[in-house]
Amino acid sequence: MPMRKVMKGNEAAAWAAKLARPKVVAAFPITPSTLVPEKISEFVANGEMDAEFIKVESEHSAISACVGASAAGVRTFTATASQGLALMHEILFIAAGMRLPIVMAIGNRALSAPINIWNDWQDTISERDTGWLQFYAENNQEALDLILIAFKVAEDERVLLPAMVGFDAFILTHTVEPVEIPDQEVVDEFLGEYVPKHAYLDPARPITQGSLGFPAHYMEARYKVWEAMENAREVIKEVFDEFEKKFGRRYHMIEEYRTDDAEIILLTMGSLAGTLKEFVDKKREEGVKIGAAKMTVYRPFPIEELKALAKKTKVLAILEKDVSFGIGGAVFTDASRVLVNEKEKPILLDFIVGLGGRDVTFGQLEEVVEISKKALEGEKVEEVHWIGLRKEIL
Amino acid sequence: MAVRKPPITTREYWAPGHAACAGCGPAIVMKLATKAFSEAMEEKYGDPNAFAIAHATGCMEVVSAVFPYTAWKAPWVHVAFENAAAVASGIEAAWKKLGRKGKILAIGGDGGTADIGLQALSGMLERRHNVVYLMYDNEAYMNTGIQRSSSTPYGAWTTTSPPGKYSIGEDKPKKWVALIAAAHQVPYVATASIGDPYDFYRKMKKAASVDGPAFVQVLAPCVPGWRIPPEKTIEVAKLAIETGLWPLFEIENGDFHNIKFQRFPKDGKFKRPIEDYLKLQGRFKHLFKRPEAIQELKNQIKELWRILGKEVELP
Repeated sequence: MPMRKVMKGNEAAAWAAKLARPKVVAAFPITPSTLVPEKISEFVANGEMDAEFIKVESEHSAISACVGASAAGVRTFTATASQGLALMHEILFIAAGMRLPIVMAIGNRALSAPINIWNDWQDTISERDTGWLQFYAENNQEALDLILIAFKVAEDERVLLPAMVGFDAFILTHTVEPVEIPDQEVVDEFLGEYVPKHAYLDPARPITQGSLGFPAHYMEARYKVWEAMENAREVIKEVFDEFEKKFGRRYHMIEEYRTDDAEIILLTMGSLAGTLKEFVDKKREEGVKIGAAKMTVYRPFPIEELKALAKKTKVLAILEKDVSFGIGGAVFTDASRVLVNEKEKPILLDFIVGLGGRDVTFGQLEEVVEISKKALEGEKVEEVHWIGLRKEIL
Repeated sequence: MAVRKPPITTREYWAPGHAACAGCGPAIVMKLATKAFSEAMEEKYGDPNAFAIAHATGCMEVVSAVFPYTAWKAPWVHVAFENAAAVASGIEAAWKKLGRKGKILAIGGDGGTADIGLQALSGMLERRHNVVYLMYDNEAYMNTGIQRSSSTPYGAWTTTSPPGKYSIGEDKPKKWVALIAAAHQVPYVATASIGDPYDFYRKMKKAASVDGPAFVQVLAPCVPGWRIPPEKTIEVAKLAIETGLWPLFEIENGDFHNIKFQRFPKDGKFKRPIEDYLKLQGRFKHLFKRPEAIQELKNQIKELWRILGKEVELP
């Protein structure tokens, strides 16, 4: 029987790692994810988890050790956040290019400067082009579930790409919630043992991995990563279906909430989705035709799902905790690409919110709705807005 | 004294067809190191193939693994420039869980080891992974076209340490990574030179045989980088030993009080002058107009020997 325990998001991630039975875990402590390696150390120390835990001297070595272990053919896990993820940056491309299905939990945290340990998504968003699958959890249960899902998708032979699962710093990493821990047997059945056919450092059948690719081959290798990411769309949906059958919880590329007759839809990722759902309920009571949507999968980008969502609304307001300086938020720019050639499309607005752990309040959401309403009524509004700025200290 | 020559296995892991320069010192290192490793694995585990290689970015990686070809007859992986030791740590951990017997060989040049890879190397040694780290020292960034590294010797010309009106060439003493490695009190640390291939072979075998981490720093001349003719590689590497410029030693468990030396003259007097070594190489040509720089190099080498516990005379 699945067990329900009240736990922090970090513990949920560690539990997911335990259930997935990786053979190697390599990690370096970083706020807010420190508890993940701590908890895994405990599991290993108590003999509850049969993994080699490498206490590396940096995140760069954490991911490098994971690449080594994965290249040697075993299931591999790590966790980090923010500067730690940034320090891994170089190797993230290599892990994807070498097609190693490493899974990484990330307590989404802001990047320096100024140094800030609190939540936004700039860390993972900055790694969006590395070739890693990206999932964002709304709550601690999702953090656990999505890590299991990430392993399954990453290891699928049609995909073979590494995956990162983000859950918001402190809002989830340090907040306790009831989490259902699935039975080990069911997880074993769901994931199976990882047996690589392309990456193994076996003296009985020596292969060379991580070659030099001349111009004659490099582009094709990169195309294969593109193709794998494209394949992942279908694989993720299949895995979501299977996950629902095995564990009873349903996931969607984009989860919709009261969108059916909406004129304004607020689209976001991560824990902010929970806030938006409540806010939508409140606005519906006031008679505002508003809905919410949550992007669970950011890479591959849910193109068809976003098109379908866009058809339902007149204003698509994207709320995101990241910024690409000089253009706008990442989700906004991606969504713009998806909708650019659609004949009918909603007005697309970008709201940059909650950077570095600033609370996203109902007051701020009212502001989002006010701007969206103006756009709806035909008034010209800016496309990118910073919401919740303390103008008095600028 | 006759040098006892151990037999060298005929097994090959470094296949013909790699793209290294004629006379390449590091290529000889690859060949000998893997042979020695294989012999150690055979003796220790009964399987000569019981090893895998993690390679740092650099000359030897580039010339040996141009897709779709490979010069490697052993399981081999390259990830990046600075992380061969960390990658090897991961492989070792995976092998432990797979119950696979054997040892991991990490290979990096001086740039990938003395400079950008030093932290990962330290981590690997400190965590006591069952890995041999082999640093092939050609004393500059040869892969990118001869830029100085922290392992470039005093006085050497490189493209980023050019001699000029205000410069004698490289103006810092060489960093001796073997001593840094030994400070980790790991089971085995050694220096070697392809100028004494039997000594190098024996040391690689020993490194592969110990339980836990080992580090070997081997001098491997680079033909274009040192400005030497291809047929002089071994001669130059030999002269490095004979002039006292390249100490051959072993340090076990970080015991600096019991360093074992090889090819050390009993009276501490090296017979051949350092100039014999320098004059064969274009990279030191300019020093002969600056005798004070040669003297400074000699002083540095004497100081190195003193730190190692030996008073030496350099003619």
